[in-house]
Amino acid sequence: MAETSEIEKHQYDVVVIGAGGSGLRAAIAAHEAGAKTAIVTKSLLGKAHTVMAEGGIAAAMGNRWPEDNWEVHFRDTMRGGKMLNNWRMAQLHAQEAPERVQELEDWGALFDRTDDGLISQRDFGGHRYARLAHVGDRTGLEMIRTLQQRAVALGIDVFMECTVTDLFKDDSGAISGAFAYWRETGTFLAFEAPSVVLATGGIGKSFKVTSNSWEYTGDGHALALRAGAALINMEFVQFHPTGMVWPPSVKGLLVTESVRGDGGVLKNSEGKRFMFDYIPEFFKAETADTEEEADRWYDDKKNNRRPPELLPRDEVARAINSEIKAGRGSPHGGIYLDIASRRSAEFIHKRLPSMHHQFKELADVDITKEPMEIGPTCHYVMGGVEVDPDTELSGIKGLYAVGECSGGMHGSNRLGGNSLSDLIVFGKRAGEAAAAYSSGLEARASIDGELERAQAEALAPFDPKGDENAYTIQADLQQAMNDLVGIIRTAEELEQSLKEIERLKERASRLKVEGGRAYNPGWHLSIDIHNMLLVSECIAKAALARQESRGGHTRDDFPGPDPEWGAKNLVLTLNSAGDGVDLAEKPLPVMPDELKAFFEDK
Amino acid sequence: MAETTQLKMRVWRGDDQGGGLEDYTVEVSEGEVVLDAIHRLQATQAGDLAVRWNCKAGKCGSCSAEINGRPRLLCMTRLSDFEPGETITVTPVRTFPIIRDLVTDVSYNFEKAAELPGVALPPRDADGKRRMAQIDVERGQEFRKCIECFLCQNVCHVIRDHEDNKPAFAGPRFFLRYAELDMHPLDTHDRRELAQQAAGLGMCNITKCCTEVCPEGIKITDNAIIPMKERVVDKKYDPLVWLGEKIGIRNKDNDDREAAPKRQKSSVKRPRARA
Amino acid sequence: MASTEARESTVQAGDGPLAAGVGGPTRASIGERTLRQDRWWAYPLTTFVVFLSFVVYSTIRAFMDKDYFVEPYLSPFYSPCLGDCVEGSSDFGQPFGWFPLSAALIILIFPLGFRLTCYYYRKAYYRSFWLSPPACGVAEPHSSYSGETRFPLILQNVHRWFWYATLVVALVLTWDAVLAFGPAEGESDGIHMGLGTVLMWINVAFIWLYQLSCHSCRHIVGGRLRHFSKHPVRYKLWTWVSVLNKRHANYAWLSLFSVALVDLYIFLLASNTFDDPRFF
Repeated sequence: MAETSEIEKHQYDVVVIGAGGSGLRAAIAAHEAGAKTAIVTKSLLGKAHTVMAEGGIAAAMGNRWPEDNWEVHFRDTMRGGKMLNNWRMAQLHAQEAPERVQELEDWGALFDRTDDGLISQRDFGGHRYARLAHVGDRTGLEMIRTLQQRAVALGIDVFMECTVTDLFKDDSGAISGAFAYWRETGTFLAFEAPSVVLATGGIGKSFKVTSNSWEYTGDGHALALRAGAALINMEFVQFHPTGMVWPPSVKGLLVTESVRGDGGVLKNSEGKRFMFDYIPEFFKAETADTEEEADRWYDDKKNNRRPPELLPRDEVARAINSEIKAGRGSPHGGIYLDIASRRSAEFIHKRLPSMHHQFKELADVDITKEPMEIGPTCHYVMGGVEVDPDTELSGIKGLYAVGECSGGMHGSNRLGGNSLSDLIVFGKRAGEAAAAYSSGLEARASIDGELERAQAEALAPFDPKGDENAYTIQADLQQAMNDLVGIIRTAEELEQSLKEIERLKERASRLKVEGGRAYNPGWHLSIDIHNMLLVSECIAKAALARQESRGGHTRDDFPGPDPEWGAKNLVLTLNSAGDGVDLAEKPLPVMPDELKAFFEDK
Repeated sequence: MAETTQLKMRVWRGDDQGGGLEDYTVEVSEGEVVLDAIHRLQATQAGDLAVRWNCKAGKCGSCSAEINGRPRLLCMTRLSDFEPGETITVTPVRTFPIIRDLVTDVSYNFEKAAELPGVALPPRDADGKRRMAQIDVERGQEFRKCIECFLCQNVCHVIRDHEDNKPAFAGPRFFLRYAELDMHPLDTHDRRELAQQAAGLGMCNITKCCTEVCPEGIKITDNAIIPMKERVVDKKYDPLVWLGEKIGIRNKDNDDREAAPKRQKSSVKRPRARA
Repeated sequence: MASTEARESTVQAGDGPLAAGVGGPTRASIGERTLRQDRWWAYPLTTFVVFLSFVVYSTIRAFMDKDYFVEPYLSPFYSPCLGDCVEGSSDFGQPFGWFPLSAALIILIFPLGFRLTCYYYRKAYYRSFWLSPPACGVAEPHSSYSGETRFPLILQNVHRWFWYATLVVALVLTWDAVLAFGPAEGESDGIHMGLGTVLMWINVAFIWLYQLSCHSCRHIVGGRLRHFSKHPVRYKLWTWVSVLNKRHANYAWLSLFSVALVDLYIFLLASNTFDDPRFF
């Protein structure tokens, strides 16, 4: 086929793959550290999934509650993650988030303000104090726009609509570059770079009901695996409790947790606030057990405990699931989220403008007048590339991972608001570490020997012998993952899912693409589908192995948490044949005693 | 669960070498949007149909196109907005160079973004924080709702109908940005001169199409462009301001601001060759 | 970016005004000027007809130089009447008594200038008279365009000067409306109120709503500030004007109708076509 001499070549110190919050923050940090940096993104700049984040950025700035500090935030994060978090990441995250948020403001972000003129902070599930810096309910948009504008002002090179298909390594096993295609033309380009930062986001597009966009095909997860790095915690997939359920076209679309933080409550078809029936032992001490106390909390947080609607997401999602299964769901198979009867129309317009807009435009529902119908939706993967907490370096020299495609920070369940802060805290750390590593190198390895293979692999779907349609395989995978690896899992279904994934893998080896190489979504999906299958296998395999229920992983056949499982991570690596993954257990890093002390008083 | 019907569509297919509207019939169901229909076409009849989209929730601004000649987001245009049996015509936006099918080259916008000097704030307060009143940030917040769908840029006749104006005109999206920064309570740059000269604010004849098509409902003309024009008038054309300056009574709002620096080149890269 | 330069050089390809824009060589090739199927032409057409009628009517009336005053009503076209006006109509003297033409011409320049440079009227007449553009997404029939960057359109920037001037005119019209309670023709004292009084008050109300909802007014009272928080009173004024400003277009139309209607009414009275119904 095509000559490799036509491939564009670029030299950089640091190549960041992904232009969401973490990728942009990493690129800014690398650039400011003096590295020649490139951002490579599948979409246009500013369109990454970060724009979908609504509620806010969790940071213990203490603007509303002077009692709040990193220690409380750390404790909340660890408890939310059911103690499976990498303690060091949780600590760094809680310590550094306030300064990272303040930095966004330096770069032009306009957060909502307190009466004193400070950055306002709002309540969210699992956070002890009102802690989420926010801009109405479009905080993610504010973050990405701020970082994007900063990156543009710094003049960082951006390769838009450019998809990375492969990473290169030198003889010593260190990263030497990356291979990519321009979506616009279908032509190839190669980066010679000793540092690559993966910031590709999550895997949610492998599920049918999802709040995630098309880009969430697990590219970073798969690239890391193929490069020899390990993934951890892949069994933990967060199902956000409140996604839209009607109309079908928007099923899964996110309804922000702020609706509950601002007074919305969950009701079943009998009109009952059922969350009071689902308060787990672990959170009993800090959760209101009567509606009266719960309602008082919104105005007097000191003397009342939090409403159960604000329990961590895994708890709420499971409760909703149980209510629907018990036949107390709404007409379209969800339950009701009601803010209309509890807050004034003016309040709702002010605090939840995009939610109002979203329901009005897409479902003809006026949320100031009627309750919303909602149900759980695949939202976030806690699992990702196993990294060093301080530098975000994976097991491969020169390969870093940040944001949703890295693992460990959130343990088995992520608290709302912790993802945006995760992006900027570890984005900065990774960018700096990647720049430092590159600048310390004397020689750069050549990538020329790799180009032909990489190009041939990317062009494989054009092989005229194929007979399978990538769109159909994707739809079948999404259905299988939803049905068999969803919110409630059993050994039998997980085994079935693995068989199904094997079948789909076989079909995906015989893909057929119509049309040419210029902006051909069919071809693009034919490349992405392999990543989706690989990460789906990781999720199913790890979910089958973990015989307990914890956070974002619920096993019907093992309903409770198991302390023994609570002390280990599941680690996935590419198998020797390169066509699947191997699984191993690994003990959790042990928390130092001074941090353990935070958990003893309660 | 939902009822399905057959929808007649005309979709523009082609590239910079030419193209035209092609007829399709596609199955759609209740509650769907135009993007659903396009996706079903892709999955069942035209696997290589190029369309740009991301969030499918009206939040990322990727799926801009023209539906029955009107600039819209494909994901926010519900099929129920049309008469039953009506044929829906979908074309790419007509202001930017065509790449393929419904996808255009929007790099004009990224060039303009780079030309605009970013925010420049003074040092933080002594406690490491910044203080701004909610009422002072609210105007800017309206503009920061912008999802950069570039429909305002697309519909603006200044460049839609006059390719030769592109180098000298930043477009409504960036007038929003100028206004946002000029209204920022802490920013230290005075961008009025730049807005008038480099960005071509005077080219705008306030015919308000940008406001009409904005999917976020931002009042681009009334709240950003006209106030920016008025700010330029403050500086250059107001007799009372001029008189006030002479006799020493004047607005001190811009005293701590200095003229914004010159523009820079975009660092967004584009493919060097075609396949 | 290379793409921009390449595009510039190919703009000249093709013929007709479309070639400069949507029919240009880099754009998706679609022959139609617009694919809109709605009645997009209704707004520019209506605007064109109404504005043209107003211009014709007001020109005739302004040059007519008669039938503009019936005690105690003075037509807004002629107020303040500063030229060689009919007896009783000049409440502010006749400093331009030497002016050979209609006294309306002396004063009409201000409301005319105010409305010509108004941000709403500009939209309306650029769309309906210049077709630039006729409607959103409909290609305009011109092959070049420089907006308001050059003479004469750069003069649109003087809108604010006219705002200052018409502020005075609006006050005068308010005074006229007060005087409209005055004794009717042939009476020497007492308070009177006729249909004319009502119409003049309605007109003055719309004139003020139009005056105060103006974009320049919004800017002057507070919009120009960067720190609302430091100017609470001006912030309050700005929020009020902002509310009015949302309906500026409506007030522009309503005040246009009302001013013409009051003039027509006074014309009918003065030409003895109609008698003023009296309330007291």
